[in-house]
Amino acid sequence: MSALELSAVGKIYGGRRALHGVNARFEAGRVAAVLGPNGAGKTTMLGILSTLVSPTSGSVRWGDTRLERGSPLRARIGYVGHDPGLYGDLSARENLRFFCALHGCDATPARVDRLLARVGLADVPADASARTFSRGMLQRLALARALAHDPALLLFDEPSAALDPAGAAWLQTELAAERTAGRTVILVTHDLEAAAAIADQVLILRRGRVVRDEARAGGFPVDVLRGIYREATGG
Amino acid sequence: MAERAPPPQGFLRQALLVAAKDLRIEWRSREVFATMTFLAVVVVLIFSFAFVVDGARPPPPVVAGILWVAVVVSGTVALSRAFDREREGEAIRSLLLAPTPRSAIYLGKLIATAALMLVTETVLTALCMVLFAARFDALMGRMALLLVLGTVGFAAVGCVFSAALLRARGRDALLATLLYPIIVPVVMAGARGTAQLLDIKPDLEGAAFWTQFLLALDILFVTAGLWAFDPVVGGD
Repeated sequence: MSALELSAVGKIYGGRRALHGVNARFEAGRVAAVLGPNGAGKTTMLGILSTLVSPTSGSVRWGDTRLERGSPLRARIGYVGHDPGLYGDLSARENLRFFCALHGCDATPARVDRLLARVGLADVPADASARTFSRGMLQRLALARALAHDPALLLFDEPSAALDPAGAAWLQTELAAERTAGRTVILVTHDLEAAAAIADQVLILRRGRVVRDEARAGGFPVDVLRGIYREATGG
Repeated sequence: MAERAPPPQGFLRQALLVAAKDLRIEWRSREVFATMTFLAVVVVLIFSFAFVVDGARPPPPVVAGILWVAVVVSGTVALSRAFDREREGEAIRSLLLAPTPRSAIYLGKLIATAALMLVTETVLTALCMVLFAARFDALMGRMALLLVLGTVGFAAVGCVFSAALLRARGRDALLATLLYPIIVPVVMAGARGTAQLLDIKPDLEGAAFWTQFLLALDILFVTAGLWAFDPVVGGD
């Protein structure tokens, strides 16, 4: 399984530098937490990794292949953001069938039911539109959508921001399962406790630059991570 | 794991998936169709009050003009909502992340918008036949062809602008401002062709010219749309 590597990646938005010469490496089978204060460039970095945003300079490689908008590897990326990325007027099954079909993967009712069961939505009413779901249910459905095409790279942007404690605990279990499955998981978050509970690599950004990149096999105790974060960001 | 990517799907199949998804959502809510049809009917009724005096029917060019103004008004409603459902819940992000050519997404949107407009136009045509005693039935095939071509041209330009204004404030006003100057040739050709078909002695040659003109515009606008959609919806 291949590592994902950013080399001197920079991004300028209308004269404002969002990322500046970012170098980083994300290994498969790891959960990496990208941390940093607001405006540090975390979401821009995730946008570049998802291929939705093109870097102004530098490159991203996944194994031997350059990862960019036209790359076939983008079909191996799953993304879960603040918003669920789903159609509120369609049911859970219709949403999953649509995205499975777009990705060219099995969209049969049995497969869709398996995906729903995997995220704990097996009992969801067949004709209920996604609009009627709670925030936690939407987040579960968003994960099922992101997993539908069996991605090798999973990107999360503040996935637990609106989840209750039970939902956040469920998400942590899911992230651990994805790591065990050998996927590369990259998580952008402000929540140091959530990051400490799951991450085995932390990358801290400040004003568009990497100020700390550390990996630990056993993960990070929350106090240690707080110390690292304070030291790196001065806050 | 990274090296294995699913096989690419056919371009047309992906476009049809996007169109079917949009039409399924619309079938469920009928929200856009109801608004489009309501506005179009109101436009035709207002003109009928103004032009049908003492039972005298307005001349064919006026009927054609009324029909195409109603088409433009209802089509603008369809276009203004074409990408709203993509913006809600950031579904557009999931759509753009799929290994689907952006031009296939554009084509799907175009098909769905045009289909919706054509259903409304069926109602409009029937209403014009009743209110203005217009003879659409005599040359129904030619009339339908003009409407289909005009609708495709209108939707082809409109879908690009609708996507470009996805996150713009005041996008409804901006959409009309940007769209109308460009679709003038489409509306003009449609109205002239329709008027020639509605005449007591239909000018078939004249109508054929405007039909060919519309076809040429469609080829131009659809090609430009397929090319322009990617940079327009670019994630940056």
